[in-house]
Amino acid sequence: MERKVVIPGEVIASGEDYLPGEGTEKRGQEIVAIRYGLAEESNRLVRVIALSGIYQARRGNVIIGKVENITFNGWVVDIDSPIGAFLPLSEVPRFVSKEAMAEVFDIGDMIVAKILGVNGRGIDLTIKSRGLGRIEEGMIIKVNSNKVPRVIGKEGSMIGIIKKETGCEITVGQNGLIWVKGNKIEDELFVKRAIMFVAEKSSTSGLTEEVQKWFDKQKGGKE
Amino acid sequence: MTTKTFKRPDGRKPEEIRPMSAKVGVVPNADGSAMFSFGDTVAIAAVYGPRKMHPQHSQNPEKGTLRCNYNMFSFSVAERARPGPNRRSTEISKITEWALEPIVMIKKYPNMVVDVHIGILQANASTRCAGINAAALALAHAGIPMKEMVSSVSIGKLDKNLVVDVVKEEEDWEEGEGATDIPITLTNSGKITHIQLDGKITSEELKQVLKLAKKVNKEIYEVQKKALKESVKF
Repeated sequence: MERKVVIPGEVIASGEDYLPGEGTEKRGQEIVAIRYGLAEESNRLVRVIALSGIYQARRGNVIIGKVENITFNGWVVDIDSPIGAFLPLSEVPRFVSKEAMAEVFDIGDMIVAKILGVNGRGIDLTIKSRGLGRIEEGMIIKVNSNKVPRVIGKEGSMIGIIKKETGCEITVGQNGLIWVKGNKIEDELFVKRAIMFVAEKSSTSGLTEEVQKWFDKQKGGKE
Repeated sequence: MTTKTFKRPDGRKPEEIRPMSAKVGVVPNADGSAMFSFGDTVAIAAVYGPRKMHPQHSQNPEKGTLRCNYNMFSFSVAERARPGPNRRSTEISKITEWALEPIVMIKKYPNMVVDVHIGILQANASTRCAGINAAALALAHAGIPMKEMVSSVSIGKLDKNLVVDVVKEEEDWEEGEGATDIPITLTNSGKITHIQLDGKITSEELKQVLKLAKKVNKEIYEVQKKALKESVKF
């Protein structure tokens, strides 16, 4: 089955051969889309990939957020999602004294964290993994969270090119916030321009080649 | 039903809708947006959310809330309309909410609200129908889970003749039995989510009205479908 745009209420597939996945519902024999997006089928599982809308937190997502508040047992983090996120003290990989919590993460600090779980009441975060923790320096760029898969590319191909061409370290949060760290501020701004280019052209096919061409042109102009 | 000598003021056939157009993504700041027009009647809708409901005492921990706001711009009619909410716009906001509530699946968004703002840029009757059509498009564009799409149309009875998509001139029809305006919102599978009636009609005629609405709603649905599908380029 090829990818196609579906609208709510549209029948994607019928028969017992398919299973309803994310963004779909089974009504009798038919699998019906319940949201607007791209319908895709893999291993008999039919699902709808969102094209628009707000960020939907999912377990295992790496996100970038801002510390909003410190409570007695953790930190409240703003991750640009309607449900609040919380980083409990127990999910910090070292001992933290309750008096010195602000020294670990203070209000206003940006952190890279992973989503431990989503329940009705909120999102739980963890930083018990490599590459997670406080952001010390660099630049934060914001893109629409639906464009994140395009910024990363197939198996990280897109972000790989950007990293190679600019020599910056880039961490992409699934919620649309991107952390860029380079040696010079010019490099970071260059990454920003590149990411904005990707986000703008996100719907064109063969985007990776297009971006490579864009880099060649930019570099050619400089020298 | 329709008498042979009957002619509509703008020369349309009784079952002919004004030329329609639809576009999604017209408000870049919103999470979802759309424009829908029936001839001179142009409506835009912007959807924000789901986001946290404020103030906290309005939150519903059982399910999400849908909040609609219908507004006619002061320049939308020939004689300047006084801006701000009034009796009519408050009623239409509520009606729109009821028309859309059965299709949006916001059970999974407790304590949250989905805001739908509808603005009428130009009015020549059927504004609530254009508003609902635009709102349905904007909700879909915002990625809100929905059971199916809805389309809305107004059916009129001018004297004894049934017509589709009433214009201002027809709303003020005074010959014979006068004008009856019946805005109807139907889901794509033909279920009614909203029906209003302003005037007089027999139950037999109302059955014909419903049949007519079902028939023409297919055309509106196709326009909405096309707008959503064509907003994605490959």
